[in-house]
Amino acid sequence: MIPATFEYVRARSVREAISLLQQHGGRAKLLAGGHSLLPLMKLRLSQPEMLIDLGPVDELRGIREEGGSLVIGALTTHDEVANSPLVRERVPLLAECASQIGDVQVRNRGTIGGNLAHADPAADYPAAALALEAQLECEGPAGSRTVPASQWFVDLLTTALGPDEVLCRVRVPVQTKGQGWSYIKLPHPASGYSLLGVACLVTVDGGVCRDARVAVTGAGPKAVRLTKVEQALVGKRLEEATVAEAARLASDGLEASDDLYASAEYKRHLAVVYTKRALLRAAERAAG
Amino acid sequence: MAVTQVFGARVRRREDPRLIRGTATYTDDVTLPGLCYAAFVRSPHAHARIRRVDTSRARSAPGVLGVFTIQDLEGKVNPIPCGWQVPNCDLKTPPHPPLARDKVRFVGDAVAVVVAESRAQAYDAAALVDVEYEVLPAVVDMEAALQSTTLVHEDVPHNRVLLWSVKGGDFGAAAREPGVRVVRQRLVNQRLIPNAMETRAVTAQYNPGTGELTLWVTSQNPHIARVILSGVLSFPEHKLRVIAPEVGGGFGSKIPVYPEEAVVAHLATRLARPVKWAETRRENYLATIHGRDHITDAEMAVRPDGTVVGLRVRTLANFGAYLSTAAPAIPTILYGLVLSGPYRIPNIECEVTGVFTNTTPTDAYRGAGRPEATYVLERMMDLAARELGLDPAEIRRRNLIPKDQFPYTVATGITYDSGDYARALDRALEILDYPKVRAEQAAARQQGRYLGVGLSTYVEICGAGPSKVVGSTGFAGGLWESAVVRFSPTGKVTVFTGTSPHGQGEETTFAQIVSHELGVPLDDVEVLHGDTDSILMGWGTYGSRTTPVGGTAVYLAAQKVKEKAKRIAAHQLEVSADDLVFENGRFHVRGAPDRGMTIQEVALQAYLAWNLPEGMEPGLEGQANWDPSNFVFPFGTHACVVEVDPETGQVRILRYVAVDDCGRVINPLIVDGQVHGGIAQGVAQALWEGARYDPAGNLLTGSMAEYAVPKASWLPRLECDRTETPTPVNPLGVKGVGETGTIAATPCVVNAVMDALSPLGIRHLDMPLWPERVWRAIRQAKGGAA
Ligand SMILES: Cc1cc2nc3c(=O)[nH]c(=O)nc-3n(C[C@H](O)[C@H](O)[C@H](O)COP(=O)(O)OP(=O)(O)OC[C@H]3O[C@@H](n4cnc5c(N)ncnc54)[C@H](O)[C@@H]3O)c2cc1C
Repeated sequence: MIPATFEYVRARSVREAISLLQQHGGRAKLLAGGHSLLPLMKLRLSQPEMLIDLGPVDELRGIREEGGSLVIGALTTHDEVANSPLVRERVPLLAECASQIGDVQVRNRGTIGGNLAHADPAADYPAAALALEAQLECEGPAGSRTVPASQWFVDLLTTALGPDEVLCRVRVPVQTKGQGWSYIKLPHPASGYSLLGVACLVTVDGGVCRDARVAVTGAGPKAVRLTKVEQALVGKRLEEATVAEAARLASDGLEASDDLYASAEYKRHLAVVYTKRALLRAAERAAG
Repeated sequence: MAVTQVFGARVRRREDPRLIRGTATYTDDVTLPGLCYAAFVRSPHAHARIRRVDTSRARSAPGVLGVFTIQDLEGKVNPIPCGWQVPNCDLKTPPHPPLARDKVRFVGDAVAVVVAESRAQAYDAAALVDVEYEVLPAVVDMEAALQSTTLVHEDVPHNRVLLWSVKGGDFGAAAREPGVRVVRQRLVNQRLIPNAMETRAVTAQYNPGTGELTLWVTSQNPHIARVILSGVLSFPEHKLRVIAPEVGGGFGSKIPVYPEEAVVAHLATRLARPVKWAETRRENYLATIHGRDHITDAEMAVRPDGTVVGLRVRTLANFGAYLSTAAPAIPTILYGLVLSGPYRIPNIECEVTGVFTNTTPTDAYRGAGRPEATYVLERMMDLAARELGLDPAEIRRRNLIPKDQFPYTVATGITYDSGDYARALDRALEILDYPKVRAEQAAARQQGRYLGVGLSTYVEICGAGPSKVVGSTGFAGGLWESAVVRFSPTGKVTVFTGTSPHGQGEETTFAQIVSHELGVPLDDVEVLHGDTDSILMGWGTYGSRTTPVGGTAVYLAAQKVKEKAKRIAAHQLEVSADDLVFENGRFHVRGAPDRGMTIQEVALQAYLAWNLPEGMEPGLEGQANWDPSNFVFPFGTHACVVEVDPETGQVRILRYVAVDDCGRVINPLIVDGQVHGGIAQGVAQALWEGARYDPAGNLLTGSMAEYAVPKASWLPRLECDRTETPTPVNPLGVKGVGETGTIAATPCVVNAVMDALSPLGIRHLDMPLWPERVWRAIRQAKGGAA
């Protein structure tokens, strides 16, 4: 619980952060809210020799609307997302997700960029990012690029982010009328992370589901879309029996791991139950 | 008459502003010139022989002042003794060396200690100490340990620490009575981690000029620490000063004297520099005591009308790897003797087998033995009710000790002071609106919803206690309490108490007692504690003893002050003391209210000493040592309503009602706070908390990311009420209230969940009632896989 010795520098711009990353190679780490990185350092599971604090980089802050999307700076805290009137109105699914992360202290410090870059298998944002088909904008020595959420999460704690890259912004398409949404989770009683969390976004037109996106976090090494469930819903009326039947597919092929608190089998079962409940909630909202 | 209302008023805790604003001084806040830092090298193995310890790399690390192993401490730091050697139970007391000698016995056992200029350097260097281990098989499971050839201590066969029993009446005969049914159940009371908000710490300073050694330590009982450490360090007690500054909670985990305290104290003398050690949370989970950890086979013999005629209990109690300071008493006298609870049970038998395992040592954790006993009893009451088709409230009512039977001696031999148990039960049912709740439950069941109602009627034994009695149980100390109440010349009052509050709020309640007795403003009373240099003697704060024992001493000391002040006032007013009336802090002549003196004026006169009665010593203070004639027995009924989500197994508490009786109440706000906190911990054991080891003895719940400490937002609004039955044991009429919540809440919640699941035929599930466990039981009951 006492970290190993490290150097600390404050970056003033994304450029500077990138060049510091380049200078120090794999020995440096970016620091955002510190709520994933510092616990690991205290346990000495992570021992970076240098921390590059992104805190002063103003260009990584703020939420604005641009071309049918919200553009959310990587340093935006969970609390800011949860309580931003813009997010609540335009992408309520994201706000609902952010409001369930950890506790007040965690939400005041933790950032959306740090959360998505860290890619904890039980983190909440990944499920919402997948369901919302968010785009992640990164900058690196070679310039900037945009990675769709579907390609971002590679494996346990592993993302598509390059070694010298900074995740700068998350671009989230705004929700439209007729869309229903929901994020629900069973929190781990100790950590507060998702033992299992389900995000869903359904588009209903004329009482019929035109598009469904369902993503689950907490079960396996990374958050995933439940495409079989989605397919089973499209073209159907979202009635309880239909939803329950589709939700049954949530566990189909779902990678899940045992942990102290919940077995893989139980997590798969929870995926079914939570998918059903999240969808029913979303359907209700879609109906207005 | 504001003054007379101080006793019983909802006075806000004077401790809180400094605690909340971060201006309190904890052990880790003590900074001294030349301070250096210790870090312990801890075993990663549950059981291993130490082949070799190579400290050379650590010694040459930056900032390192020294690296020490047991060889360096030989003859300087003695083994840590056990302070409660319960007699007649074949207690084994293998030595507990201050650092591991040939063997490590649990993950976290300290092997070496590094001292360096900074804390980070100390931890860095500790990682460089190279210990070669020969890993041995570990015994973790108690039942396996008793059968195993692997011994935690070579001289303790079968790993059996003790075999203790108590017998009152004849269970066998009662069980054979015609018509009597015997209900049986195995009950596991899981291991818990105390989780005081402040981890343990010690700062030690040796003054070579005076030869005085000062320790700031996270202790619930600094005087006990001083006595024990003077022995462990062979250091004269009068040269040893122990200060428990602000202590951030303990829940029992800061009663024991630990090896680290002795080692750090020794290093301060050895290096002639002040040394500090502060535990990390991970170390706290490994190296600070755990609580509970029982497996019990219980049998309750009950007549068809619900009369309980007997209880027989066989319990295995996990002691971990070493005997902690008070450990032997916890699962024996603090458990077996209280098994009768609030009921008339004529035949009780209890046999306890203590077991050493390669796990963290266990000791007192909030409630200490009494929650375990109450859990057994209250679960068995519900199982008996179910067996007989009786309402759980009804079976309790039929067995409660009637209020006109006190003092009442139970089958295990202890005598209860006072009580009106049925009244608390009735009040709880009334608040709950029991018939309505049962009707709602029935309606919910029709809709496939699983609502459950749980009850727990309890009695707690606390306020230890008569020194003679605890001495006869093997406690190596007394449990009386000291107090000094001292006026200063300007009329302010300082109270010195031998108790050592660490969050409970007695700085406020003791000031209330004194303010009430002496008629001085509350803010003019300062309450000091926790320093062996300023306090005569004390036995500390634990076991809900602080107010009934320490508060009584304060009250008696205040009486002495009042007596002396009266004599001075009488002398100066030139009347007989019998002619004086004391009212609102002022003595006046009966019938002549104008002729008087305030107690502050008397205080000044006492110090000036210009005109005192012949032969009277100057000054105005009172000193009292109070040794109670008996324990005190708070009691009550808790009730809750839960709903179980049958699809996920999640339990939600819909309502929680607590009716407690702790005798007279000095400060209702503080009593409520104690009850609230206790309920949170008790509920947490039922639903969330539980320390888990793997078969190799690794603590799987090694951090707060795995071990579930309760969160305020998970608890319902607590509906608290009280009945008030004063105790005749002390003049204040007060009983303890520090542990009632933890004692009552755990079975209350489990009973409610089992009640919810009863339509499925589920009889019992062990704690914690994690969703998966409940879900599996439901699935199995519905005919699916387990
Ligand atoms: C008690 C507790 C409870 C929690 N509960 C939850 C929960 O319920 N749900 C949940 O989702 N999370 C939870 N978290 C995690 C929390 O949300 C973290 O804040 C988040 O995961 C990481 O964000 P951060 O800003 O703190 O990142 P940091 O900890 O600062 O960084 C995390 C990692 O991301 C990298 N990084 C950070 N920012 C960037 C960037 N802009 N570009 C590239 N790399 C970057 C860092 O180098 C580091 O490797 C919890 C944390 C704690 C301590």
